[in-house]
Amino acid sequence: MRLHTYAHKEKKLLVSIKRKVKMMKEKLKSIMSAALSQIAESTDVEKLNAVKVTILGKKGELTELLKGMRDVAPEERPKVGQLVNETRAAIEAKLEEKLAELAAKKREEQIARETIDVTLPARRLVRGHRHPNIVALDEVERIFVGMGYEVVEGPEIEYDYYNFEALNIPANHPAKDEQDTFYVNDKIVLRTQTSSVQVRVMEKRKPPIRIVAPGRVFRSDEVDATHSPSFHQIEGLVIDKNITFADLKGTLAEFAKKIFGEETKVKFRPHHFPFTEPSAEMDVTCFKCGGKGCRFCKGSGWIEILGCGVVHPRVLEMSGIDPEEYSGFAFGVGLERIALLKYEIDDMRLLYENDVRFLRQF
Amino acid sequence: MNTPLSWIKAYVPDLDVTPQEYTDAMTMSGTKVEGYECLDADLDKIIIGRIEKIERHPDADKLVVCQVQINEAGETIQIVTGAPNVFEGAVIPVVLDGGKVAGGHDGSKTPGGIKIKKGKLRGVESNGMMCSIEELGSSREMYPEAPEEGIYIFNEVPEYADLRLGSDAVAALGLRDAVFEYEITSNRVDCFGVLGIAREAAATFRKEFVPPRVAEPGHIYEAKKRSNDQTSDYIQVEVRDKELCPRYVARVVKNIRLAPSPMWMQRRLAACGIRPINNLVDITNYVMEEYSQPMHAYDLSTIAGDPAEGENGCGHKIVVERAKDGEVFQTLDGQERKLDASMLLIRDGEKAVGIAGIMGGENSKITDEVETMLLEAACFDGTNIRLSGKKLGMRTDAAAKFEKGLDPNTAMEAMNRACQLIEELDAGDVVEGCVDCYPEVRRPIQVAFNLEACNRLLGTDISIEQTREYFNRLELELNEEGNLVTVPTWRQDVLRNADLAEEIARFYGYDNIPTTLPTGEATTGGLSFKLQIEGIARNVAEQYGFCEGMNYSFESPKVFDKLCIPEGDAARQAVTILNPLGEDYSIMRTMPLNGILNSLSTNYNRRNKNVRLFELANVYLPKALPLTELPEERVQFTLGFYGDGDFFDMKGVVEEFLEQAGLKNRLICDAASGKPFLHPGRQANLVYEGAVIGYLGEVHPQVLDHYSIGEKVYVAVIDMPQIVEKASFAIKYEGIAKYPAMSRDISMVMKKEITAGQIEEILRKKGGRLLESCHLFDVYEGAQIKDGYKSMAYSVTFRNKEKTLEDKEVNAVMEKILKALEEIGVELRK
Repeated sequence: MRLHTYAHKEKKLLVSIKRKVKMMKEKLKSIMSAALSQIAESTDVEKLNAVKVTILGKKGELTELLKGMRDVAPEERPKVGQLVNETRAAIEAKLEEKLAELAAKKREEQIARETIDVTLPARRLVRGHRHPNIVALDEVERIFVGMGYEVVEGPEIEYDYYNFEALNIPANHPAKDEQDTFYVNDKIVLRTQTSSVQVRVMEKRKPPIRIVAPGRVFRSDEVDATHSPSFHQIEGLVIDKNITFADLKGTLAEFAKKIFGEETKVKFRPHHFPFTEPSAEMDVTCFKCGGKGCRFCKGSGWIEILGCGVVHPRVLEMSGIDPEEYSGFAFGVGLERIALLKYEIDDMRLLYENDVRFLRQF
Repeated sequence: MNTPLSWIKAYVPDLDVTPQEYTDAMTMSGTKVEGYECLDADLDKIIIGRIEKIERHPDADKLVVCQVQINEAGETIQIVTGAPNVFEGAVIPVVLDGGKVAGGHDGSKTPGGIKIKKGKLRGVESNGMMCSIEELGSSREMYPEAPEEGIYIFNEVPEYADLRLGSDAVAALGLRDAVFEYEITSNRVDCFGVLGIAREAAATFRKEFVPPRVAEPGHIYEAKKRSNDQTSDYIQVEVRDKELCPRYVARVVKNIRLAPSPMWMQRRLAACGIRPINNLVDITNYVMEEYSQPMHAYDLSTIAGDPAEGENGCGHKIVVERAKDGEVFQTLDGQERKLDASMLLIRDGEKAVGIAGIMGGENSKITDEVETMLLEAACFDGTNIRLSGKKLGMRTDAAAKFEKGLDPNTAMEAMNRACQLIEELDAGDVVEGCVDCYPEVRRPIQVAFNLEACNRLLGTDISIEQTREYFNRLELELNEEGNLVTVPTWRQDVLRNADLAEEIARFYGYDNIPTTLPTGEATTGGLSFKLQIEGIARNVAEQYGFCEGMNYSFESPKVFDKLCIPEGDAARQAVTILNPLGEDYSIMRTMPLNGILNSLSTNYNRRNKNVRLFELANVYLPKALPLTELPEERVQFTLGFYGDGDFFDMKGVVEEFLEQAGLKNRLICDAASGKPFLHPGRQANLVYEGAVIGYLGEVHPQVLDHYSIGEKVYVAVIDMPQIVEKASFAIKYEGIAKYPAMSRDISMVMKKEITAGQIEEILRKKGGRLLESCHLFDVYEGAQIKDGYKSMAYSVTFRNKEKTLEDKEVNAVMEKILKALEEIGVELRK
């Protein structure tokens, strides 16, 4: 409507608009080139954002330019608008591009800054350590549990009956002296062997019996590099029908291989224990020299490791098991002996000093 | 027991083995050889020589130059020596150039020997060395005829009169031998003698066993030396305690002629480590080694008769009976011994003359003036000898043999052997007959034999023929039917079929028995629940940096003082060991703390930093003292540390353990625990479901002083049986909360005495089921808070499991909480 009213002015206006359009185009061009150079010159995200605000912001140059659109003839407007939008899009694209470039650069810088010396020492949780005896015991238990043995325990302060008499060691038997027993009174002793658990188990259970019984035992030996008045044994007992000495050999050979290595050989020597008959001591091939003979095995190639035997019929009888029907074997291993040999510890006293520099090695 | 191989070979003449072969085979047949020493190991090229000529050394006063003939052909070599005792005509051991001797003349031994090379001594050529007994690896103790200083001279020994020059001097001296040490088990009493071992050796190597031929008494002596008198004319014997002395054999030797015993006997004794003395002593020692039967010799003139019999008696009497309580007796080593009625004495008609089986008396011992000797070979009860020896603190060679429990039949054999040797060595005139008190003769027993059962026990298939052969070698007599074995009396260990199975196994060879695994019903193995819980304790301790220690179960009664336990406290009621290694190891521990504190102290004093230790071990709690039944043994889980960390770190370990053991209810720390060894302001009983399951705290500075620890120590002790009772591995999933929680912070100021436990108690009680958790995030005492007060701030979280909480619900609960807090004097900070 206004155009009609001011028709006389229209021509003049048209000329001026045309000029305006041309001016706008030029302005756009200059904005564009200024923007590009500012963007190119921006060295960080902040500067780039400033550029963005200066050009595209509410009071930015391009926005200002758009305000001048009202001076443009309506029919020219879409064209000019398109031109403005194109310029804006071009600048925005350039900004994006630059932003990505700067972000990448920034990350690179950060990464460079964050590079560490990977050979610096590690930080670890300070964990504790099991006693070497227990490390060895765990292994022994694992082996026998795998073969169907149950791990049981018995009292450390024990009746003379279970420690001696029921094991076919009657009063005043010389074997009692050999074991240097600590007495509490004439009926109660500190057990000298875990064999005492044998009888307790046989009294309570019916065959088949397969048990190992680890625990503390006591003998009145003065402390030195190879003796301690308190040490640990693991007793093993198998009672069933048709158990033989051959089974004893097979079982302990298997045990020796598992604990000392597949190539370990065993040797059984006759020996005497009052509660087994026949009795034997088992040697294993020296794991240092493999049986060739060295200082460790005193040149023999063998190391004595345990005592064993077929359960004495008298012991079965006393525990209420019929030796005509059942037979069995038993063995006793010194835990410290295994630990000392396996970990090459040269002094038994170390086991009871509890110096953490020692314990932390297990 | 040490025995030279030559002695064994004397009874097994066909034995031809190296020491190593002997060792291996004997060990595998049950006579364990502990080791052996070859006496000639370091001796080489040592021959018999004779000094032909001695001249002075031109440049040395103390040296002489000898021309020594070194073979029968007349060859001589020149040897320079500084020995003081050489003379022309001396027959001596000579080590030739390139040979070896065992050590120096001062008696020092050189492992591997000393090589001898020709060379010059002060400019004069010397082509070998003449040897002293020490250089040959022995000593004057064992070779009493050797000179005190200088070269061993063969001329002085009649038995060496016929030595050939150039022959082996080592052999001549009896050093071509190996001495074996055995480990004889207590069941093989017979093997404590050379004869027993020789019998085993013969059986092991399947060679003939040829024991010394000893005739019955009265038939062995040459007629010219036989007198008409009888032993019973000289001595009367009365055994009053037949239990303790099953047999007593006495004989008399007149016209004693003391002299050195022959070289062969001296050498054998020396090889066994027994010093040769004179023919009589050597013979008794020799027989003791041979038969494992100790003998004792008395000077008959010192043995009084029975005064009651007066002129009717023979003038000398032996009575075997128990001593009187408090009786004092002087043994032949000059010591006064105080006896009691359990000990067996040998008396004469008037006085004690010996402690049976242990040691003779000063008053009756053999001296150089002895004319007539009473020789005793007896059998005494082994146990009694052992106990008496122990009480007296005497463990003589004789007692060591007797205490094994000897075969009474050996006594007579040994006596005959000794008399035979006395005759052979011309040490005196043996009087005819003997006095033998042997009321109950021990006869061979018969053992029922079942080969099939043996094979079943061994897992073998050994034939009756094989078995018979093994038994023959051992002089075990198997009847024709193959079901009965007659066992000689020296084999006291063979009593039943299982024992015979062992005999078969020994000679069949343990190596030859097959290797099988048990068949039969399968069993499920595993650890007991208790052991599994102990495993959890170890795991938790390990996770928290604790190393496992082990301490002795016995300790000193002074421990209670170190731990400031008051007199009369129940903890002091401990099981006492009758025969401890010393007071420091005399009681069984009733509390586990001493062990852990000692160990921490060891570490502290070795400057180890940040030490954390734990132990799982029993304490022993007597039900009543003196002990009539076994004490209660309770495993205690004891933890202790110094270095980084405090009370609350330790409390954390305890809580972690309880949680892992399935004790999921709340642990209460009760400060009123009253442990005298803990810091009074920093200790607590651990209360779970109303029961005290242990305690926790900082060790009292006074106690730390006692253990010389200069840092704060925190300990915790948990009574494992209670844990095992309450533990569980059951796990039950609870749904993850679906509805949001709401948190409120409460900031408070209160008197210092009010505990976090009290606050939390209120929070829990008043919070009811909406309370999910409360978390202390600040405790402060100091500048901004008035004296005697502290501030605490909790963040309290509420949640309703069924629906979304509303503000007003929480507000209502908070109001109750705040009100309750105000009631106990807590000021709330807005």
